[in-house]
Amino acid sequence: MTTEVGSETEVRKEPEKAEEQPAAPESEPAATNQTDEAKAAEQSANDHPAPATDSAEAPAEAKEKQEEAQPADNATPQEGEDTPASPPASEKKGISRFLPPWLKKQKSQSQVGPKESQAAPKEEAGVASVKEEDGEKGEQAEAEQTVFLVRSPAKEEKAAEESQEKSAAEEENKEAEEGGEEKKDEEESQKPEGGHSFIKSPLKLTKKVKMVMCHVTMLDGSQFPCEVEKRAKGQYLFFKVYEALNLLEKDYFGLSYKDNADQTCWLDPTKEIKRQIRNATWQFAFNVKFYPPDPSQLTEDITRYLLCLQLRQDIVSGRLPCSFVTHSLLGSYALQAELGDHDSGEHRLDYISDFQFAPSQTKEMEEKVVELHKTHRGMTPAQADAQFLENAKKLSMYGVDLHHAKDSEGVDIMLGVCANGLLIYKDRLRINRFAWPKILKISYKRSNFYIKIRPGETEQFESSVGFKLPNHRAAKRVWKVCVENHTFFRLMTPEAPIKAKFLTLGSKFRYSGRTQAQTRQASTLIDRPAPYFERTSSKRISRSLDGGRPGRLRVQGENIYVRHSNLMLEDLDKTQEDVLKHQASISELKRSFMEATPEPRPSQWEKRLTASPATSLRLQAQGKSGEAAWVAPKGSVTITTPEVITPVAVESEVEKPKDEVMEEQKRPVSVSSDSEEEEEEEEAGEYHPQVTVSASVDQIKEEPEEEGEEEEQQVNEEPVAEPLPEPVVEVKAQPVPAVVEENSATEPQLAPVAEESPEDILVTPDEAPNGHAESPEDHQGPVALEEEEEKEPRVNGDASHSETERLPQVICCSEPPVVKTEMVTISDTFAAQKTEIATKEVPIVHTETKTITYEAAQLDGSGDGEPGVLMTAQTITSESLCTTTTTHITKTLKGGLSETRIEKRIVITGDSDIDHDQALAQAIKEAKEQHPDMSVTRVVVHKETELAEEGED
Amino acid sequence: MAGVMTGFGNFTHAVVRAIPSSLAKEALRMNVLDVDLVKAQREHEVYVGVLKHKLGLQVIELPADESLPDCVFVEDVAVVCGDTALITRPGAESRRKETEAMRRALKELDLNIVEMSDENATLDGGDVLFTGREFFVGLSKRTNQKGAEILADVFKDYAVSTVPVTDGLHLKSFCSMGGPGLIVIGTSEPAQKALKIMQQMSDHRYNKLTVPDDIAANTIYMNLPSKGHVLLHCTPEEFPESAKVFEKLKDHMLIPVSNMEKVKVDGALTCCSVLINKKAKV
Repeated sequence: MTTEVGSETEVRKEPEKAEEQPAAPESEPAATNQTDEAKAAEQSANDHPAPATDSAEAPAEAKEKQEEAQPADNATPQEGEDTPASPPASEKKGISRFLPPWLKKQKSQSQVGPKESQAAPKEEAGVASVKEEDGEKGEQAEAEQTVFLVRSPAKEEKAAEESQEKSAAEEENKEAEEGGEEKKDEEESQKPEGGHSFIKSPLKLTKKVKMVMCHVTMLDGSQFPCEVEKRAKGQYLFFKVYEALNLLEKDYFGLSYKDNADQTCWLDPTKEIKRQIRNATWQFAFNVKFYPPDPSQLTEDITRYLLCLQLRQDIVSGRLPCSFVTHSLLGSYALQAELGDHDSGEHRLDYISDFQFAPSQTKEMEEKVVELHKTHRGMTPAQADAQFLENAKKLSMYGVDLHHAKDSEGVDIMLGVCANGLLIYKDRLRINRFAWPKILKISYKRSNFYIKIRPGETEQFESSVGFKLPNHRAAKRVWKVCVENHTFFRLMTPEAPIKAKFLTLGSKFRYSGRTQAQTRQASTLIDRPAPYFERTSSKRISRSLDGGRPGRLRVQGENIYVRHSNLMLEDLDKTQEDVLKHQASISELKRSFMEATPEPRPSQWEKRLTASPATSLRLQAQGKSGEAAWVAPKGSVTITTPEVITPVAVESEVEKPKDEVMEEQKRPVSVSSDSEEEEEEEEAGEYHPQVTVSASVDQIKEEPEEEGEEEEQQVNEEPVAEPLPEPVVEVKAQPVPAVVEENSATEPQLAPVAEESPEDILVTPDEAPNGHAESPEDHQGPVALEEEEEKEPRVNGDASHSETERLPQVICCSEPPVVKTEMVTISDTFAAQKTEIATKEVPIVHTETKTITYEAAQLDGSGDGEPGVLMTAQTITSESLCTTTTTHITKTLKGGLSETRIEKRIVITGDSDIDHDQALAQAIKEAKEQHPDMSVTRVVVHKETELAEEGED
Repeated sequence: MAGVMTGFGNFTHAVVRAIPSSLAKEALRMNVLDVDLVKAQREHEVYVGVLKHKLGLQVIELPADESLPDCVFVEDVAVVCGDTALITRPGAESRRKETEAMRRALKELDLNIVEMSDENATLDGGDVLFTGREFFVGLSKRTNQKGAEILADVFKDYAVSTVPVTDGLHLKSFCSMGGPGLIVIGTSEPAQKALKIMQQMSDHRYNKLTVPDDIAANTIYMNLPSKGHVLLHCTPEEFPESAKVFEKLKDHMLIPVSNMEKVKVDGALTCCSVLINKKAKV
């Protein structure tokens, strides 16, 4: 909706917010549409004072407050934008706070996967942004002029504002409840942002995106620097690391990071990195996550080599206790692998003193190692590794992930999660063990962790065992590790997403990677000559995760969001003419875009569109005309229709129950209300291990493996409702050499993972600080918006949701240098539950979201970080029956050039019978026609389809 | 090169101790039974003879100590695994001094000696079941948690799980290893219950060989280079039904060894020797 111009780094979140707002369901029916905008406006106004944001976001603001804005922008462009969520900085009344968390959360479709990574930036909700380098173009003028068309312009606006405030307040509450959000904000501010906006990224497209340097400590102790899009998902970084390692059997590995409490956590590939690490540094460690019980079954030597390195770390750190003899033996194999045969001439005794074999190693041990080393003569490195593993795998603590806990009587114990199940230790003694087949359910609530045990042969009832963890996060961590290990080692395939027939309050987290069975199967297909890899000296091994942390960047300007909202308010005053113009421009955009880009496969395009209920298009036009069309899946009518204009999509929805928007809004709201009382700690999660297919592990004796059906039912028994995921606002920042465009699309995310939600909440704040990354996008980023929309129609358990399969194929598109990105996300969302329906019986709607981004490669060249000065910004929203169009126009003055970006988001809602493709095409064309002097730089299509099953979390 | 947890049952040495005459009257026992000292001594000689001559082990015979009536049961005072020997702190105070001779003998064998110096810890070797992959330690009248912890600390490579022993003297009073991955177990309820616990606690799968008589479940398994699987077990005279069960083990060299007298003072087959594998020393 809003188009921002600024340096890459300074991505403006405002636009996103604006977009988000419409999407956001918050609330109040009356003020609805307007409310969002109004809020935004208010916020912006209030925020303006805040120095944080660099970029001038709203045109209106610019006009009025240009003075303020500019300085502010210069100071800290990026952060400010993000901050909208954070109230403190802003002078405002704290409106920013009021902003619904979901706004903050909106996920941009950040890099979902390696593939997408490049395109990732594009993924943002279908918003088309048009840049005009010549700030004076007519479009700009139009844009500026365009006022939010409110049904009842002035009045509504005011009302909206009020309502917004209310909603905001609610939201605040939610946030507060969610807890940690504020913290997040703080964290965010501290986070080293991509401040580095290195434009090094090979991808041209990436230039526009904020980049962050990740530092990954590899198993050999070396540091692997990797630049990722700030909102990239873990998957992207994983991919980069695997690629660097030339590792194919990657499923056993993972990336870990230290959270604020210095606890080691696993990076979830499916979620945004930023949201996970929160305020921690972008420092990671490449580690073995699932220790293969039988390393000899690994296909490649390189995999075994890496496992060896991990185990050597484990041994030296004491995590893997060994006897003297074992230390010596393993050490000798390590020496053989690294140095080859013992050379009495070359290898004097001291040659090994540089190596570490044990937590505390003695001269005696070193002598023993040397003695044993001599006996390995002739053994190749690979053989030595294999021998190392054959011995290491037998160690009782091999692959056991220990967690401190207390039993029901308060006695200190350790919970050990491993391939076979859960082990209970007291001191060094194993005092109990629960094999996976023996466990019916795994859950956590607050800081308690529970397992429900299958009744024994002679027992009639299942029993539950509870453990007290140090805190909520620890409980959740254990729970997640259990879920992952169970899935990986015990199942043939990852458990399908929760098919919730009931409202699920608990965490939806599930292991999404491949299981051991799958990875083994995949390994059999590996057909490449053994890759060469260099064995680095163990002398280099360092276990420190802290090494070489990048300096932190302070994020300033939290108020940007607010400023923006002020602008929005101003815009509200505009007339319907503007709205009409806006719509017209949209059509133009569509037309021009379509024309410009020949469609390689028209049929597919149509096919896809048709198939996918929800499609969002985002077009960015640089220099010339650009408008983004955002198509929402559900029954949608023509995208462009100017007919009914609703300032805020959301609001409109409110009025119209059927509208997707409404649902979205409602959802968050309902959630919040429910969740208000909940705190992070109260979160709960359940997991019923399903042994649908008992995988390879049969070692468990006597335990029946037929557990399944019962387990499959996942019902959260826990009373505590977690805050539902809130719609996330997506902000995109695209660095442009001359002018930086940042498109931010706000997507309400429905993704309601109970577990995560708390986290999300926390996260949100963080993101906010960054200014851009506002990323409400957490995990579900891309999906959220779409989902919401889709869900809307289905609200309340309508059983009749048309499930459409999305066709991944894509499209065609734009001018030659177009980068196409496709992201498919499957997630389950809480059913679109209307606020009114707080029942637990609300069906959950499973949604599949697909995002396709087309971007003109020619886009700005350098993503220079120069913050531009925001001259004007405005957001216009129009709505028709099936289409909601939001347009953000941003004018930025940068380096003497003025750039105008128009970002249009068109949401097409409708059943599959609606021809989304056509609607989309038309929208693009119209947009182009409307702005002949502008170019379409990006088109992002979000499709959301309901699925029977969900994938995320 | 021996690796970790290899060579289960492979022994080269055995430490035994002669029966003092004080055993007949003074040795501890759960049931009041009269012991025929001469028969007991003859029985023990046969036992040692099997180890030494039939199986070819190097047997270190410690002299009896009249002040230590239970000293023949050397198993309780030392747990040897690999090249490490844990000198225990027997649960029965009257037996604490039995460790001295054993310590000396094991030192001479060049084993790494670890003392259980914690005065709160007690451990009888009879409560320690080593399966080749892990330890089970019976928590009994003679062995406590602390003793088990120390054992776990000494043998870090292995999982050490505790098993409550409610009936009987020791864990091995009703079970033992009959081969790699094979647990010989008695049929009594306490024995079966203990087996269940062990199975639950283990990451490994064990087969079980159930014998009608608990005490007959105490056997000595060895895997000797020249002999293959060897199992010393009860005689048909003592436990005819149980003896038949062992005959199912076709791959084993079965050697019935009488233990009629020593069992009266709760001595089982495993109690009378500490087996050592010097070659196991890596």
